[in-house]
Amino acid sequence: MIPSPFEYVAAGSAAEAVDLLRRHGDDAKLLAGGHSLLPMMKVRLAAPSVLVDIGAIPALSYARVEDGQLAIGAATTHQAVATSSVVRAQAPLLAWSAGLVGDPQVRHRGTIGGSLAHADPAADLPMALSAVDGRVVVLGPSGQREIGADEFFQGYFETALAPDEMIVEVRMPTRPGQPWGYQKFTRRANDWAIVGVATVGGRVALANMGPAPVRALFTEQAVAAGATATEAATLAAEESDPAEDIHADAPYRRHLAQVLTKRALVAAGIPA
Amino acid sequence: MRVQVTVNGSGREDEVEPRLLLVHYLREVCGLRAANVGCDTTSCGACTVLLDGVSVKSCTVLAVQANGRSVTTAEGLSGVDGQLHPVQKAFRQEHGLQCGFCTPGMVMATVGFLAENPNPTEQEVREGLEGNFCRCTGYHNIVRAVLSAAGEQSVPGGLSAAAEPSGDLSAAGEPSAPGELSAAGER
Repeated sequence: MIPSPFEYVAAGSAAEAVDLLRRHGDDAKLLAGGHSLLPMMKVRLAAPSVLVDIGAIPALSYARVEDGQLAIGAATTHQAVATSSVVRAQAPLLAWSAGLVGDPQVRHRGTIGGSLAHADPAADLPMALSAVDGRVVVLGPSGQREIGADEFFQGYFETALAPDEMIVEVRMPTRPGQPWGYQKFTRRANDWAIVGVATVGGRVALANMGPAPVRALFTEQAVAAGATATEAATLAAEESDPAEDIHADAPYRRHLAQVLTKRALVAAGIPA
Repeated sequence: MRVQVTVNGSGREDEVEPRLLLVHYLREVCGLRAANVGCDTTSCGACTVLLDGVSVKSCTVLAVQANGRSVTTAEGLSGVDGQLHPVQKAFRQEHGLQCGFCTPGMVMATVGFLAENPNPTEQEVREGLEGNFCRCTGYHNIVRAVLSAAGEQSVPGGLSAAAEPSGDLSAAGEPSAPGELSAAGER
């Protein structure tokens, strides 16, 4: 399968990439690892006329603690996030999540910024970002802005990014030693979650339970009020709107969300 | 667009269309047919090659993304005297193949995996090769071959990746309790 023809430009910096996006408008797409975009281009679901490659900008690949926050460069690969000693110590939920994306070859190419910008509601990292109370740092023609996870994801493959903006960094609170839970239910190895649950610090986020990552707010409130994991988990699907597909209908997904939420909460130290 | 790529140790320069996939560049422009096009959807791993020493699926990389970088295919593994690479030898000795279609990808994924994790357990081998499918389902001998290659490693230095050990990267559908494990300092 061969993508439609396009013009290719390798950007030397984030600022240059944003300038190229501004000049080419809607016709241009950013390319980092290409593991969401290239498969879509190969089946012609996407046909951008210009690709701006940001995958070879070393300054966009890092993980470090800055001002008490964990900061990860947008073009950091899943493999680098999963194995980084800084991420594993400060945000183990995110490191674990990155290690579950695809397979080793995919993790060698795919990037954290790319997965978040792609915004597949069944993917691991959007759910993880919501659970860890993360934010994306976005660069546009008029400068930088920060967007919280819950505002960033707006619908199926839809984000708050303007066409001439790019993610340059992902930020989140540091949580060394804090217990967390992560559940990903798949039928086959390497698959997207049929339902996923991630929880840390009282926040509970669900994958594939709606057009964007869903916060299980009723469960969070119940936990805060001292409910057991069993009690709180029964409320997990209250605010969800799961799609139906070949793998599962909506009632099955709601049931799964409750079962997995209980397991995740118990792993995160909430009494069963 | 003009690209400069080091393919199996030799530098070359070619004019390519930006949409040319790396696997087609290797097969059709370079004439290297080891990397196979299997699923063409980033799933099966038959097209696995090393990009700067790290395993990638070359059906989902553009040739232009390899500009200025180094690519290794199965053809580039054997020594100058034609000697098989230790991983190739192990696949032969342990009969780690049936029809052979997945083999070049399995071998390249193995070389990349062992560079990241030189002393894997059997479970780590199975997880490390989860991106490669053998539709003959000959996995047992493939795993034996990888463990055997790990036992007598003399992988040439140029092929080792700089990454830290990959550890537990299981994407298994089995529910796990990472929170409890993480409290113990292990994932």
